[in-house]
Amino acid sequence: MSKLLEVKDLKVSFDTYNGEVQAVRGVSFDLDKGETLAIVGESGSGKSVTSMALMKLLAGQGFIKEGQVLLEGVDLVKKSEKEMQKIRGKDISMVFQDPMTSLNPTMKIGNQIMEGLIKHQNMNRENAKKRAIELLNQVGIPQPEVRMNQYPHQFSGGMRQRVVIAIALACNPKVLIADEPTTALDVTIQAQILELMKEIQKEVDSAIIFITHDLGVVANVADKVAVMYAGKIIEMGTVDDIFYNPKHPYTWGLLGSMPTPDSTDEELYAIPGTPPNMLKPPVGDAFAPRNEFALEIDTVMEPPMFKVSDTHYAATWLLHPDAPNIEPPETVKQRMQGFANTGRKDGDK
Amino acid sequence: MTREKVLEVKDLKKHFSAGKDKVIKAVDGITFDIYKGETFGLVGESGSGKSTAGRTIIRLYDATSGEVKFNGEDVHGRKSRDQLRKFNRKMQMIFQDPHSSLNPRMTVLDIIAEGIDVHKLAKNDAERKKRVEELLEVVGLNKEHATRFPHEFSGGQRQRIGIARALAVEPEFIIADEPISALDVSIQAQVVNLLKRLQRDRGLTYLFIAHDLSMVKYISDRIGVMYMGHLVELADSDELYENPVHPYTKSLLSAIPLPDPRYERERVRIAYDPTAHDTSEEPEFREIRPNHWVRCTSKEFEQYKKELEKK
Repeated sequence: MSKLLEVKDLKVSFDTYNGEVQAVRGVSFDLDKGETLAIVGESGSGKSVTSMALMKLLAGQGFIKEGQVLLEGVDLVKKSEKEMQKIRGKDISMVFQDPMTSLNPTMKIGNQIMEGLIKHQNMNRENAKKRAIELLNQVGIPQPEVRMNQYPHQFSGGMRQRVVIAIALACNPKVLIADEPTTALDVTIQAQILELMKEIQKEVDSAIIFITHDLGVVANVADKVAVMYAGKIIEMGTVDDIFYNPKHPYTWGLLGSMPTPDSTDEELYAIPGTPPNMLKPPVGDAFAPRNEFALEIDTVMEPPMFKVSDTHYAATWLLHPDAPNIEPPETVKQRMQGFANTGRKDGDK
Repeated sequence: MTREKVLEVKDLKKHFSAGKDKVIKAVDGITFDIYKGETFGLVGESGSGKSTAGRTIIRLYDATSGEVKFNGEDVHGRKSRDQLRKFNRKMQMIFQDPHSSLNPRMTVLDIIAEGIDVHKLAKNDAERKKRVEELLEVVGLNKEHATRFPHEFSGGQRQRIGIARALAVEPEFIIADEPISALDVSIQAQVVNLLKRLQRDRGLTYLFIAHDLSMVKYISDRIGVMYMGHLVELADSDELYENPVHPYTKSLLSAIPLPDPRYERERVRIAYDPTAHDTSEEPEFREIRPNHWVRCTSKEFEQYKKELEKK
């Protein structure tokens, strides 16, 4: 059976004055109906560019160099801009990070929701209006009839993000891409929006690609997780694989650098240095210069994806049969163990 | 136990007028002390007044009413230039946005040395340069960076420059207003470790303002929770996490996503209903346990107390 969305060896570059910046260097993943994939990574890791490339929304200098994006078997990379316009908002839609700037400030909320419905589903204004009210109701906005005639500035940040979600959901998309949808919001509002997205996913059964750098959010929403570094997926697995049995030193670093309520006075496990310059991607493993566990081979040859289990893959030489047996740093290990003991004492909060 | 108080804030208020008869009570009467060598965390959502509180304490804003005492001296009273200069040297600030808090036209050397110049802490250019280079070293940059401009640095490095600038005048007390929220996770840990190390080495006192509760819990000794311009709860950080009393604190704690999928699957979010409070009298800040304060009415006080005893 074919998957809903298959991305194969996607490469995206940007032309700049200084040369070609290789933002995404061969990313592959697939997604089923109703599934949520979280892509995590630091800024500059290529996670947002990947999502933009799926929608073919790359800004002027960006282009897809290689690879395929198969939506139900049809390659989107080969589609023209005109054909893409029919797909965006209908089959794939997007929720952006900043609800303050992703709505048109001079247009009433109602019209912004109805736009897609009229264009993609050939609804007349009356039906579109009915559906828009329904959508606002669905995303939990009180008094939708009144709110329809208001402008974005009359909404709070959380409410605006709900409107953006309503727009994205208007045509029941098969894939919803959410690029840091809650980063600009307060924790309590964030929790509400995440709950809302999960509820709606259950109702309409769409697949979600969730892009974030917040591992707490990932643990909350994801079924599968892809960890990106320097334009590549360096570890991929189910959410439990990644959080309870991480294999890549970069994933260790990410997990270790977040304090949990149980962390005490010990230092946080910080990843030294900064991500590489993608103008000149390093030879060998891109993470090697920041990796205290780097092996000699890391500076020469890039590690392939090693299989850990049927669902779990990681690109690190540490998984090679000949590699020395290296344990994750103590703080990360403690964390993994602490998590493994379910029924945490603060679980009742 | 008597600990030395560095900062005493008493019933501090900061109101902004918003046209006509509208007044925005950003900070509406907060009271707390900060002890020498500790980190006091101030948390709350956007609009809760936590940043305004920080800025009013350091006198970037004039207080509407109330009192801030630093080492026993009133911060907001009338002051001569000399006195102000002395005060400014003792208290410094680290800002949230490392991109807009550094002057893009100044070199790193001049940015960091600005305080040194104002307070005349260096006798000549050579000494000035040496001090800056030392500071760069302290915050984990190197001295070659001194001649560069802010745009040549990443966010984490810029925040280090901001920290070096704050340290340049050898302050006792630093207000850090969301110093890490604009940084990547891996870089956040670097900066937090740096702040902790500096505190250990130099005996600094911090007021750490943030909305990221897990980080605040990690770095703070005591935490104050703000909501709508009021301090609703204040306690040692462990106590606050284990025995939150105020419904808003409970709701805030229940909303933090943790990097633990199993916990996340079972998490129950508690919603906060501000209208559910007892309105029979004006709530006051009361001590429910030693060093654990809650804003509540006397009726709620009894109720909270019972809940605490049950635990």
